[in-house]
Amino acid sequence: MDRRKFLSAYKKQSCKKAAFLPPDPVSRTSSGLNPYAGPWTQTEIIHLLKRTMFGSKKADVDYFQTLTMDQAVDELLNPVAPLPAPPVKEYDTSGTITTPDTNIAAGTTWVNDPNNDGTITSRRRASFKKWWMGNMVTQDRSVREKMTMFWHNHFATETVDIGNSQFVYKHHALLRASALGNFMSLVRAVTVDPAMLIYLNGRYNTATAPDENYGRELLELFCCGKGPKSLYTEADVKAASKVLTGWQANSTTFTPYFTASRHDRNNKQFSAFFNNTVITGNATANGGDIELDALLNMIFSVPEVSKYICRRLYRWFVYYDIDSTVEANVIEPLAAILKTNNFEIKPVLNALLKSDHFYDVLNQGCQIKSPVDLVVGVCREYYVQFPPATDFMGNYGLWNSLVSQVNIMQQNIGDPPDVSGWKAYYQEPQFYEIWINSDTLPKRNQFTDTMAAIGYTVGGKKIVIDGTILFKQLPSPEDPNALVSNLSNFILRIPLSTASLKQIKTDILLSGQANDAYWTDAWTLFTTTPGNTANTTTVRNRVRDLIKYLMNLAEYQLA
Amino acid sequence: MKRRKFLKNSIPAGVILPGLINGYSIKAFAEDSPFVQALMLPTTQTDHVLVLVQLNGGNDGLNMVIPIEYYGAYMNARPNIAIPQNKTLAIPGADKIGLHPSMTGLQELFKTGKATVVQSVGYPAPSFSHFRATDIWMSASESNQVVNSGWTGRYLNYEYPNFPNGYPNSTMKDPLAIQIGSVTSLTLQGPQVSMGMSISNPTNFYNLINGVQDAAPNTPAGKELNYVRLVSQQTQQYATVVKDAAAKVPTQSAYPTGNSLAEQLKIVARLIKGGLSTRVYMVSFGGFDTHSVQVNTTDTTTGTHATLLQRVSDAIKAFQDDLKFLGVEDRVVGMTFSEFGRRIKSNASGGTDHGAAAPLFVFGKNVLPGVIGNTPVIPTSASVNDNIPFQYDFRSVYATLLENWLCVKHSDLQNIMLKNFQALPLVNAGSCSTVKPNLSGISLITNYPNPFTSKTTISFQTKGGHTLVQVIDAMGTVLATLVDKDYKSGTYTVTFDSGSLPAGVYYVRLQNLTTQNIRTMLKVR
Repeated sequence: MDRRKFLSAYKKQSCKKAAFLPPDPVSRTSSGLNPYAGPWTQTEIIHLLKRTMFGSKKADVDYFQTLTMDQAVDELLNPVAPLPAPPVKEYDTSGTITTPDTNIAAGTTWVNDPNNDGTITSRRRASFKKWWMGNMVTQDRSVREKMTMFWHNHFATETVDIGNSQFVYKHHALLRASALGNFMSLVRAVTVDPAMLIYLNGRYNTATAPDENYGRELLELFCCGKGPKSLYTEADVKAASKVLTGWQANSTTFTPYFTASRHDRNNKQFSAFFNNTVITGNATANGGDIELDALLNMIFSVPEVSKYICRRLYRWFVYYDIDSTVEANVIEPLAAILKTNNFEIKPVLNALLKSDHFYDVLNQGCQIKSPVDLVVGVCREYYVQFPPATDFMGNYGLWNSLVSQVNIMQQNIGDPPDVSGWKAYYQEPQFYEIWINSDTLPKRNQFTDTMAAIGYTVGGKKIVIDGTILFKQLPSPEDPNALVSNLSNFILRIPLSTASLKQIKTDILLSGQANDAYWTDAWTLFTTTPGNTANTTTVRNRVRDLIKYLMNLAEYQLA
Repeated sequence: MKRRKFLKNSIPAGVILPGLINGYSIKAFAEDSPFVQALMLPTTQTDHVLVLVQLNGGNDGLNMVIPIEYYGAYMNARPNIAIPQNKTLAIPGADKIGLHPSMTGLQELFKTGKATVVQSVGYPAPSFSHFRATDIWMSASESNQVVNSGWTGRYLNYEYPNFPNGYPNSTMKDPLAIQIGSVTSLTLQGPQVSMGMSISNPTNFYNLINGVQDAAPNTPAGKELNYVRLVSQQTQQYATVVKDAAAKVPTQSAYPTGNSLAEQLKIVARLIKGGLSTRVYMVSFGGFDTHSVQVNTTDTTTGTHATLLQRVSDAIKAFQDDLKFLGVEDRVVGMTFSEFGRRIKSNASGGTDHGAAAPLFVFGKNVLPGVIGNTPVIPTSASVNDNIPFQYDFRSVYATLLENWLCVKHSDLQNIMLKNFQALPLVNAGSCSTVKPNLSGISLITNYPNPFTSKTTISFQTKGGHTLVQVIDAMGTVLATLVDKDYKSGTYTVTFDSGSLPAGVYYVRLQNLTTQNIRTMLKVR
């Protein structure tokens, strides 16, 4: 559907009283992976950024406006920033701790200091989450953070179950470093990753006492999925588990190791779904590696595996509803690209993010923001000021308050509900809608209200929205009509009606006055004479109310 | 949303009591908790309602209440827009002033003893900026002081100190205040949160009642939008009570058409009759910024300003008639206000520029009718800089309505108004019986003693996690951070030493994840 058709459909529709009628069948689209050649305006750039990063910053939108769509996607897919420095010690070690880590100084990293003390490791897990939040808030102009979260949701693990924070960090570092790498390599690395060996009991999986936990999820959640064409059998789960026997995690070196005596040396027979493959039992010291490679070669030869991960990516970046047209026009071609490129992820994202389908108006604005999208997006889109990077105590404290926020909105980073990840990305038929309920929506509104008004204070440091920073980057903020229109177009994915814009302008920016000049004068005085406290308060209160109002609209929850 | 579900979602985790009190399931708080006490207490409250009518833009008071006493000077100052003396409408018992000829409705209210005019209301060192002057009127601050809460917000915070924690509840199930407009104004802003609910406009009000919503596009985005809106409606705590109240009032008396103020007041009357225990309503009506052509040159009794005044007058008259028709006239008093009056001398474009003090009306069956104050003196040859000086501080009007109409104890007035103001003979004070603050809801932070002289002990309850306790003054400045760290769930105390801070109102604020709670503390000598 092109924009013109879309807009006229919208107009026709807007004469109707929509809400309490049964919803019309929603149009999906037949557009596919042809390279997108349509307009490259703020609208498309915001769409691309909201989907590939957490929130779309005005400066980033302006930057990508200077590039072509191809160049923009290339830049997002090829991060140049180095991987972030590891989390540092910022937690309190006073009190009764059996084995305090007094050997490392505050502000230096704890990830290389083995410590299995319950209190210390718990504080380090918290430290890890704060650090992760900080990475998202300060993300570079790339898809890396969004892909790191994607893999965390895909290979879901829980820090509380993993326990030791070094395992947690190592696992996470693996996901981030491989975020845009090779899917098959990543599955291999995750399979013998110590955190995963602990989380899904791989370390207890032996020839004499097989534990099928990991083998099952390897097929069901990580590679093949539960779709109608995912026809692996219960016997395949058992056979895969046998292949994976013998691996353990060393909790001093935090590395995996293989013990041949714990490994099942028998041949493993797979079903017709896997082409009746037999993996030969290998009793050597390298048996674990050799059989694992054989297992993954077998799994990845099944076409359903490529399609499954493409559907997961589709639901992460586009929309949850995959009908037969989308399956044929998008998922299958993407799966072919994945296969042709030997399971490299980047070519798939490249094709998807440059496609007609991705920029189709029917695919814009239809995601419900995840809590992280919302919380990190607020910080980034409004240029919320954090303490200087050297103040790690101040920053970790504030990042922690954001971790708490996403947690109470039901996205506890590092601790998804279970190995399936967050329900928003797999639970039929609601998907993203699961994020929004009568408990979480008021919490989202409270968060945006508080950020707009008084902010959050931790450790004497405060984060709060100063809306004037963004306003100054918008064209003509002194013109109240332009301001309301530009701001709402910037932060909302569904345009407001002219009548609404006018009402909002009059009620909020003009406080009921009829003359636009009053806002113009106040704004101009504010920019030239910020020391005029009364006028500055006048302007800031209206800026605050405008932002608060727009963020309370249902439209704001969409991305 | 089902009430049971609402309570489940809005009250922090606890143990559900098997029994219900007044149909509400409540959590097993200790028996002496304020929440449970409040449920057990008989409600002591006034049924009085205050309606604030804001006239945006700066109303030209001199052409609304014409100074017959100084007619020559008036005519001299604004010959191009002056209202002919013989056209003005007489107010019974007041021959020194006359009403604008279009205000026949209001004249009727004067005749039946239901209206009073207060002359020359203003404040020292007036601001001529719309925004600033509006903020001063709404916050009831000094001219040179920036206060971030509104006067009715502080009043409602005094009456319902725990709001919004544990609201709505069995003793206050309704919005504390309702504003017709997109955003609740500074007037209703409490020290921490807005105390009001806004209904964006009459159309949206009828949408709310009739279940109509703006259209969403027929796209996947539209589908998700409808979903979020649906949940949003379910979680609008007060939507149902407002709808139910409106539904109870099928018939009202006639209101003029094409008059947005009348439409707003019609809603207010409907909700009052419908049984809401909401104390304060605020409506607004704009267009008073009449810099040019405020009259028709051929007939100065007609034109833009005449139309505005007629709408105000017709709307208030229809509202008063409807209140009588609905049998709730005894319960309602209203007042008009505008951020400033206009200049004595008119300008060459047939209008008036921003001025200072101006008259305002207080209306209702229980007002003491007539005129308060002298006719403003008009200089014989007014210059472009001449303004009406104020006779009455606008905060005296507020303070009087709070004490004599909303029944606030005299000794507590200063907490709300930030200082003492004279009382005016505006309403029949006999209709007041003293009110105790409604302690329902959940108080997470308290202090003892209160009032205090130097030190007070603050007790706060945290759900665990990061907890912040700050002391803030009426201007919103953080004076002290008493607590700023992670806690385990529980109740803790901390002492606040006020040191050399002057006597007055202070707020102590608790922030614990999404929960915010505020407590008003009074320091006395």
